[in-house]
This record gives sequence, structure tokens and C-alpha cells, in this order.
Amino acid sequence: MNPLIFLIFAAVAVLCGISLVAQTHPIASALSLIGVMGSLAVLYLQLGGEFIAMAQMIVYAGAIMVLFIFVIMLLNAGAESASRQIPLFTRYLGMLLLAAFLGLISFIIQAMLPKTEGVVFGAFQGGTALAIGRKLFTEYLLPFEVTSVLILIAILGAIVLARREV
Amino acid sequence: MPASVPISWYLILSAILFGLGVAGFIYRRNIITVFMSIELMLNAVNLTFITFSYTLKKVDGHIFSFFVMVVAAAEAAVGLAIILTVFKNRQTLMIDDVSSMKY
Repeated sequence: MNPLIFLIFAAVAVLCGISLVAQTHPIASALSLIGVMGSLAVLYLQLGGEFIAMAQMIVYAGAIMVLFIFVIMLLNAGAESASRQIPLFTRYLGMLLLAAFLGLISFIIQAMLPKTEGVVFGAFQGGTALAIGRKLFTEYLLPFEVTSVLILIAILGAIVLARREV
Repeated sequence: MPASVPISWYLILSAILFGLGVAGFIYRRNIITVFMSIELMLNAVNLTFITFSYTLKKVDGHIFSFFVMVVAAAEAAVGLAIILTVFKNRQTLMIDDVSSMKY
């Protein structure tokens, strides 16, 4: 059951990732990215990351992608025009080289990784909101507070950039 | 078919998604799609963090990927504001047309 769920959602993630790169219209790319994020959230859940799976859906697929789609609609971004002509030979060679590179990487990961026990759903219970919150507010308190400063700076920067000149 | 999923499958999926993100970053010319390719790469890295967190039975990887999400949110806010400003000044979203810093 575990490998079946992994294979289904990994296939969805890879197909949506290919679609993200291959689509010419930004809205189609954004929807593909939401597909990738949703299937990755299922895989996080399988790895015992309940809190991260929820945060992935709420923060990434919810907030960040809505921001992207707002900007796409605001700028009325259409499909890419084919101004830069890439020869068909080069395009297919690039695809082939990318596939070969990824196959090589996969082989190296498969060969070099020491044999450990596989992933079973429910074997790791440490990813609850309780455990993460406890770790976040004790051991990682300083990075957490620095993060709040980072977000404040990002808000100020976005306001300054988007301000109308007076 | 084995009863459990090998760790290497997750790492291979992560590598494939990262490679696709790099390919989109290089190949696409729409600035918004380039930005979305960066988000895809960040997601791939998050999957690696969560996988190693499972292997080591520690929650630290989850904290790291939480911080990556926060940084991605801040980056999206500022980056999209920059894209809006570029579009306001240049009336284009194609990165080939916004290359005057090259020379």
C-alpha cells in the first residue's frame, strides 16, 4: 500500500513538474505548480510530517500561489510568443541530455545510499504540531524571531516597491 | 513490490523535481514562470529535508523546511512587487527584453 501511494503521487508530481516547464501560458504553469505542491503534501504526510503537510497546503498552495495568480491576472500575462527560435534538434537534444542527467543522478543516489529500512506510514510520530512547536520555541527560538524581522522587512520592501510615486 | 518505500525513491523524486526546476529556470522566458521554477526547486529541497528527518527520526528537518517556506513567502512578496515595477516601467514580462544590465 505504501509504495502504491508513493508511486501515484510521485507520478502526479513529476507530470505536473513537466507541465510547469512545458506550458507556455503562466496560468497553466501556476495550476501545475499547485498540483506539484498538493502531491508533495501527501508525501510529507506519508513521511510523518503532519504539520508540514498542512503548512504546505495553507502557506504554499493557499497563500503564495494566490499571490502568483493575482499578479498574473493583474498584469494580464498572456502566452509566451515564440520570438527566440530554438532549433528542433537542439530542443530534443536538451530533453535527452536532461533525461540522461536525471537518470545518472538517480543511479548515483541508488548506488551510494546506505541500506536503511524503508518508509512506512505511521512509523515516525515526531512531526506533530506539538513537537514542532516545542522545538521551535526552545532550540530554534532565535531563528524564529529573526524570521519575523525578515517578514517585516519583506512587507516594507513590497510596500516601497509598489508605492505610487508622489 | 516491497512493503515499505525505500528512502532513495524520495531522494530521486526530489532530484527529478529540482532538475525540472533548473530546466524551467533556464528555458522559460516569462519572468513569472521563471519565478515559479524557483518555487519548484525550493519544494524539491523541502522533500529532501523531510526525508532525512524521517531517516534520522528527528524533527529538525521539519523546522528547516518550515523556515524555507517562510523565506519563500517573503521572497514571493518582494519578487512579485519587483515584477510589478518592471512591468510598470517596461511594459513587458519577457526576460530577454529586460537585459540592459548585461552591457
